[in-house]
Amino acid sequence: MSIQVRNVRKTFGDFVALDDVSVEIPSGSLTALLGPSGGGKSTLLRVVAGLEQPDSGLVEIEGREATRLPAQERGVGFVFQHYAAFKHLSVYRNVAFGLEIRKRPKAEIKKRVTELLELVHLENFADRYPSQLSGGQRQRMALARALAVEPAVLLLDEPFGALDAQVRKELRVWLRNLHDQVHVTTVFVTHDQEEAMEVADSIVVMANGRVEQIGSPDDLYDQPANDFVMSFLGPVTQLAGRLVRPHDLELFTTPDVDTVPAEVQRVTRLGFEVKVDLRIDGRDAWAQVTRGTAEQFGLEAGRTVHVRRAPDRIALPVRSA
Amino acid sequence: MVKVGLRVTVLAYLTMLLVLPVAVVLWHTFHSGVGPVLRALGTPAAAHAFQITAVVTFYAVLANTLFGVLAAILLVRYRFPGKRVLNALIDLPLAVSPVIVGLALVLVYGRTTGTGKALAQLGVSIIFSIPGMVLATVFVCIPLVVRAVAPVLEEIGDEQEQAASTLGAGSWQTFRRITLPAIRGALAYGVVLALARSLGEYGAIAVVSGRLVGRTQTVTLFVQERYQNFDQQAAYAAATVLVATAVIALLISRLLRPKELAR
Repeated sequence: MSIQVRNVRKTFGDFVALDDVSVEIPSGSLTALLGPSGGGKSTLLRVVAGLEQPDSGLVEIEGREATRLPAQERGVGFVFQHYAAFKHLSVYRNVAFGLEIRKRPKAEIKKRVTELLELVHLENFADRYPSQLSGGQRQRMALARALAVEPAVLLLDEPFGALDAQVRKELRVWLRNLHDQVHVTTVFVTHDQEEAMEVADSIVVMANGRVEQIGSPDDLYDQPANDFVMSFLGPVTQLAGRLVRPHDLELFTTPDVDTVPAEVQRVTRLGFEVKVDLRIDGRDAWAQVTRGTAEQFGLEAGRTVHVRRAPDRIALPVRSA
Repeated sequence: MVKVGLRVTVLAYLTMLLVLPVAVVLWHTFHSGVGPVLRALGTPAAAHAFQITAVVTFYAVLANTLFGVLAAILLVRYRFPGKRVLNALIDLPLAVSPVIVGLALVLVYGRTTGTGKALAQLGVSIIFSIPGMVLATVFVCIPLVVRAVAPVLEEIGDEQEQAASTLGAGSWQTFRRITLPAIRGALAYGVVLALARSLGEYGAIAVVSGRLVGRTQTVTLFVQERYQNFDQQAAYAAATVLVATAVIALLISRLLRPKELAR
């Protein structure tokens, strides 16, 4: 295991940020800490980096007890949401910072920084200052800076959170590819389930300072441990008092085994997908079908269809609020 | 119209309070040429006063620079009990008259007090000598560096410092390589203010120094003493040098500001 967190608790005054959290991150993996804001994921990342001290519990990095170790001795690379670029230093000097601190020979620093700037496609920007870069470029610089010292683990706190949607999507793919090249154990924090599913091998879902579930993106989507994980990772609707995925609803024109009648309220075409708003037994629900299905059924507002959950698909009881 | 009115008011205000008096001092200084000015400044008493002012100012500014940066970091970066009290104490010298500061120092360190006697036995004398004058000057300048640096520290935040620590920098390296360059402009400004204030300090120094001509007389005390003894040429000449030094210091602080921060 590259990172082991055991029974960590952290409070800020009365607020419990981490409540007995235990997580293991295998070497070489790319893991997402996913959850709503205030769920404790950034705090967990900062505890691993040594930027916060836990009230109790243990942190091990690469088999070494690190709970009381200061940040500068942990050998972690940390990337901040707002880049934390050293404004008075050029891109080159930013990336070289960790190596200069370690008093490496000038020639070695030059070689390593040049390689890293190529890796993050900033080789032509070495002499620029951070204020002359776009947000995406700054974040790539911050990543190169963190990688320069060859950290045991790379920690990214909402790395794409401050970027606009287009750059965000590009950088996601780019991070995934970078990890395939560099193989450093990587943990990133996000509140965007799509980002987590697209980039990570493994996802840790956190809410209210607790770990809700750990697993691969497919596991979490298909076998959510509870209704929170199910709702957070994908679309949900309710059928017969149970939480189901809208694309797991089967529609029929005539009654069939286990079906219930539903009135179509509205049909919305979203390209290939069609969203069908239904009224079932006095409750609103919706189904996601393909365009072909919608046309085959001639779905339109006012029609009555018969609905059931596709066999063997996940359904969780709705927690009484 | 409002804009023009405002401009005229502000200019008139500054002219009456600042430009006119300084211009009159300059005119009095040079109205019979440069020769008498140089002669007035060349007397042993004048030279000695400049030396005393230089020494007192140097130590006072040095002490306030170190204390100012430490206090600003403490106030902005840390949470601790008594923080609000410390914050209020730092502004106290602005509210207390320098003369009272001087009297307070005499009451604590004077030769007839317990502390003064104990120090005297160790061969240290505070009142009527340089250490007391430095103390008095330090006290009146306390807020200047802190209040220049603290807002900038607040504004730059602590993420750059945290990034430096994850990259392996210890606290001194982080301060020298990251924090200090970021606060450089503000620090220079605070130091210049402290310098100007130290050069011009009169009230506290007057009480603490005992105004011993040729021993503890600073330039401000020299100006006042010469003026009262009808040696106006010397008084004006020394005053002009004080004003010129302050103006030059301010100009230098403008030039020291890094370009990317000024933008």
